[in-house]
Amino acid sequence: MIEIQNVRKSFGQMEVLKGIDLTVAKGEVLTVIGGSGSGKSTLLTCINGLEPIDSGKILVDGTEVHAKSTNLNKLRQKIGIVFQQWNAFPHLTVLENVTLAPRKVLGMSKGEAEAIAEKQLRHVGLGDKLKTFPTRLSGGQQQRMAIARALAMSPDYMLFDEVTSALDPQLVGEVLETLKMLAEEGMTMICVTHEMAFARDVSNRVAYFHKGVMAEIGAPDQIFGAPQEEVTRQFLASVR
Amino acid sequence: MFDYTFQWKQAMAKLPQMLDGAVVTMEVAVLSMVIGILLAVVLTLLRLSGSRPLAAIATTWVEIARNTPALFQIYMAHFGVASFGIHFSPFVSLLIGITFNNAGYLAENFRGALKAIPETQTRAGRSLGMSQLQAFRYIILPQMLRIAFLPMTNQMVWAILMTSLGVTVGMNTDLYGVTQDLNALTFRTFELFAIAAVIFYVITKIITLGARLLAARLFRY
Repeated sequence: MIEIQNVRKSFGQMEVLKGIDLTVAKGEVLTVIGGSGSGKSTLLTCINGLEPIDSGKILVDGTEVHAKSTNLNKLRQKIGIVFQQWNAFPHLTVLENVTLAPRKVLGMSKGEAEAIAEKQLRHVGLGDKLKTFPTRLSGGQQQRMAIARALAMSPDYMLFDEVTSALDPQLVGEVLETLKMLAEEGMTMICVTHEMAFARDVSNRVAYFHKGVMAEIGAPDQIFGAPQEEVTRQFLASVR
Repeated sequence: MFDYTFQWKQAMAKLPQMLDGAVVTMEVAVLSMVIGILLAVVLTLLRLSGSRPLAAIATTWVEIARNTPALFQIYMAHFGVASFGIHFSPFVSLLIGITFNNAGYLAENFRGALKAIPETQTRAGRSLGMSQLQAFRYIILPQMLRIAFLPMTNQMVWAILMTSLGVTVGMNTDLYGVTQDLNALTFRTFELFAIAAVIFYVITKIITLGARLLAARLFRY
């Protein structure tokens, strides 16, 4: 379970998170929508401790992420994150990209790590690209590789930060399909996205962020069908 | 003016001794590069450490290495430290001087290479549970060495040529030192130094070509 309690965060004068309260249960798929600068991506990077917070608390399975005593390297093993820019490691093959962390962080043998990596890469449809270097892959393939790379650590949670925003339109579908597959398999996921149809389709709940505040949260039918807040209505009207 | 008679035969008879010297030159250059690269990685890490005193030490090193004559650096490693009662053999002093110079130049090359690697690479590694050092070792360092490979080759060529400065601290077993001693004995100045120059040229050419072949093997992407 991920518990976010009254989290505040500023970049200089700009307060990007103004007291967020949110709980994500095991097995849940939450999508976060909102305009740019609404704080939704920042929240994700705070959850795995890549960004510090100013006040409040984030607990992952009861462990306080930003406590001094927390071993972040250990905690991050169970929180996978995939970014808008997929950040493939260019000097490593697709297979090596995926085996690196299991080998160096989890201490797996080469054989063990490769077995897991191959399984995950096949899972995301890259079974025939193991020996390829990422520069030879399309953006969509690199993004799917990044997903496999995170999954190879057997995380309990997956965070997706606008993973289709940097892709050519015709490549968005293959990545969304991969996310949908994970959701159906019961992975606990928080997806920050601009893909409204996807959000409607796969989420248990949808949260709308507006200027650092979680303006509204509810079932997809409610958010897209009968939004309670005026700002949500305006946002949805603007993206339709 | 042109009453000088070339005596190549007499000079060529000294070739075996000069080639022995070339081997010593290679030893100094290779050692100074290996240690220099390791030190340059350390200097780079110090500069990234976020600690002001550590970064200042590294920056001072780089500044001196790059902005003073290599001759001064080698001289200090021999006669300079001798003032404090520390005595190195010419070989060791030459090695220290060139290594100091290599490390400084390479650290600067590494810094430039690091700038070319997006910060998100480290972030991606950290988010997979790697420590800062692991992310550097497995993700940043290999990419950095690739970008800095050509400058590293240049520095290796420089290291070969810098060994000639060893004569100023009494080095007489390397190519330049041997040639200088032979000259003092035979006075075949032009011939001997021309042969030495050709040997230097051949060595550096082999290094540049070898580096190109190595790069093709090492950098698969």
